[in-house]
Amino acid sequence: MPDPLPDSRSAMSYRDAVREALRSALIADPRVFLMGEDVGRYGGSYAVSKGLLEEFGADRIRDTPLSESAFVGAGIGAALGGLKPIVEVMTVNFSLLALDQIMNNAATLSHMSGGQFNVPLVIRLATGAGRQLAAQHSHSLEGWYAHIPGLRILTPATIDDARFMLAAALACPDPVLLFEHQYLYNMEGHLTAGLEAVNLHNAAIRRAGRDVTLIAYGWSLHKSLAAAEELARTGIEAEVLDLRTLRPLDEQAIIASVRRTRRAVIVDEGWRSGSLSAEVTTRIVEQAFYDLDAPVVRVCTAEVPVPYAKHLEDAALPSPDRIVAAVRTVLESSGSP
Amino acid sequence: MTETVELPVSREHGLELLREMLRIRCFEDRCYRLYGETKIRGFLHLYNGEEAVAVGAMRSLRPTDAVVSTYREHGHAIVRGIPMPAVMAELFGKQTGCSRGRGGSMHLFDASRRFYGGNAIVAGGLPIAVGLALAQKLLRQNDITTCFFGDGAVAEGEFHESLNLASLWKLPVLFLCENNLYAMGTALDQAQAETDITTKARAYRMAAQPVDGMDVLAVETMVSRAVDEVRTGRGPILLEMRTYRFRAHSMFDPQLYRDKAEVAQWERKGPIITLTTRLKALGLMSEDDYERCEREANAEVDAAVQFAEASPWESVADLERFVYAGPVA
Ligand SMILES: Cc1ncc(C[n+]2csc(CCOP(=O)(O)OP(=O)(O)O)c2C)c(N)n1
Ligand SMILES: [Mg+2]
Repeated sequence: MPDPLPDSRSAMSYRDAVREALRSALIADPRVFLMGEDVGRYGGSYAVSKGLLEEFGADRIRDTPLSESAFVGAGIGAALGGLKPIVEVMTVNFSLLALDQIMNNAATLSHMSGGQFNVPLVIRLATGAGRQLAAQHSHSLEGWYAHIPGLRILTPATIDDARFMLAAALACPDPVLLFEHQYLYNMEGHLTAGLEAVNLHNAAIRRAGRDVTLIAYGWSLHKSLAAAEELARTGIEAEVLDLRTLRPLDEQAIIASVRRTRRAVIVDEGWRSGSLSAEVTTRIVEQAFYDLDAPVVRVCTAEVPVPYAKHLEDAALPSPDRIVAAVRTVLESSGSP
Repeated sequence: MTETVELPVSREHGLELLREMLRIRCFEDRCYRLYGETKIRGFLHLYNGEEAVAVGAMRSLRPTDAVVSTYREHGHAIVRGIPMPAVMAELFGKQTGCSRGRGGSMHLFDASRRFYGGNAIVAGGLPIAVGLALAQKLLRQNDITTCFFGDGAVAEGEFHESLNLASLWKLPVLFLCENNLYAMGTALDQAQAETDITTKARAYRMAAQPVDGMDVLAVETMVSRAVDEVRTGRGPILLEMRTYRFRAHSMFDPQLYRDKAEVAQWERKGPIITLTTRLKALGLMSEDDYERCEREANAEVDAAVQFAEASPWESVADLERFVYAGPVA
């Protein structure tokens, strides 16, 4: 018998929340299984799946060889065949070895088969920079994946979403990519009392404000909240919108918030050129151009492969300071609120 | 099976091999401490236990040959001749590092020594090695490319695609698989239906042999023969170096997947002990010799650390330098 799930009100880390999400899913449905590199014996490269092998056995916590294309493809096949696979690709960086399977198979099969087949597959990936791991281990490619029709892209940034987005993803009949920012695993917090499920459709206002909308997701959400805190000390009230889902985008929430505040700063750890931040900007320009008091500003990662040295990496990434400065630019270009 | 014959060795030669292995061992042990002191950050993969592979292999290469490596490449870099201060400075993230602070432990580069980098994508280097060898062949350079990779890489498509291409086109690549029995926590027999890696190479009509990677003399002899053979232009060769990693995979690994007893057993047949035992048994070296070699190695490491400490940081104004080789605007 599995242990009872811990009291949902107790403090937990983001890592624990993801682990509990996995446990609940494995308990709830015998078709669910987890596979990926070092998810079992090693305990998960970020210790997310630690203990699950002992609890659920090697058939359901399945260690794979270093064969990203093969095991992601096998996940697609298993989903077609009636199982509910959760495939862990250790990090988004290595998902590039499986990109063909994700893009040419998972994302296309439903449409290409005229709706005869669907791929209820969940892929979990750690993403992002900030740990001095250098270029090949610091990519933020969730915006890229959000380019692809047929996929659903989730970016849980809170303990609640880490705990409950997985179940919603598993309920989805389509391939879902769940991006967990590697910097968030150690974040501690409390689950919202009484919460038992979350939806995948709505962006969430994490802080209300009237002067400017900060639009963010993942680790950038927390940097934006820190910036909003700082701005509040000088009387500027920033609204912070957590996108939560990058595809499909909750356009209504974005436009509604920007209409209220009349100013927008987009914070994205992806590069600026050809990016998710460009997409969000365009939607705002397309639909709320005449509501804006100032041009939209973006805070993104510098256009370099992320460097190793800390001072260079820090300089490359969005930071609360850069967000505060961007907000001040926006306010100056529109006259103070 | 691996060759078990005792290869002849002189005092001078034996001590030189020992010195090179100790340079790596002392460097790695210092890195371990420096990580604790947060001087080195990011991922750090140490080479303890595998020194005989780098030392035995690199000696047969010419300066004009190309070398492609992995993220566990400090040893490869040092014996290839990248100055230890430049390697240490890279681990510190300094401007004087061999990648100007942008690469760190997993991405050591040196164009002048034709060292094409540590690569942090498992098996990512193999196709690059094939391409370097293609250039060597087409440009009739009589140089070869040596490509290091782990047992984990063998599961990747890039391994199979690269072996096939190199063999099909008869390219001068020496594939050196460092089989340390684990890919992070996944043992070779948990990842491979066929655990004899040489069999896979033969499937691509490539000559392949296992080598006792704990015996630096065996590595040296086998690689030297293989290098000569590859240089004739008749095609690539794969050598499977049977070795073991003494330390954790990286600095974040509690090693739940293997017994301490297993590690201890391998430590008893480690490359440095194996060589010193043999040299002592042959009366070719004393404990004093060992201590002197170790002292010298540590002094070199001390100097490298001092250099790294004293070196400047790259200016943040240069953050976007080197993204393109040519002018952008
Ligand atoms: C394509 C890819 N997938 C996963 C990883 C994560 N990873 C880093 S090292 C490693 C194990 C590789 O083992 P092996 O090739 O045997 O080399 P060793 O570490 O033993 O030297 C894994 C899974 C990676 N870096 N690249
Ligand atoms: Mg290995």
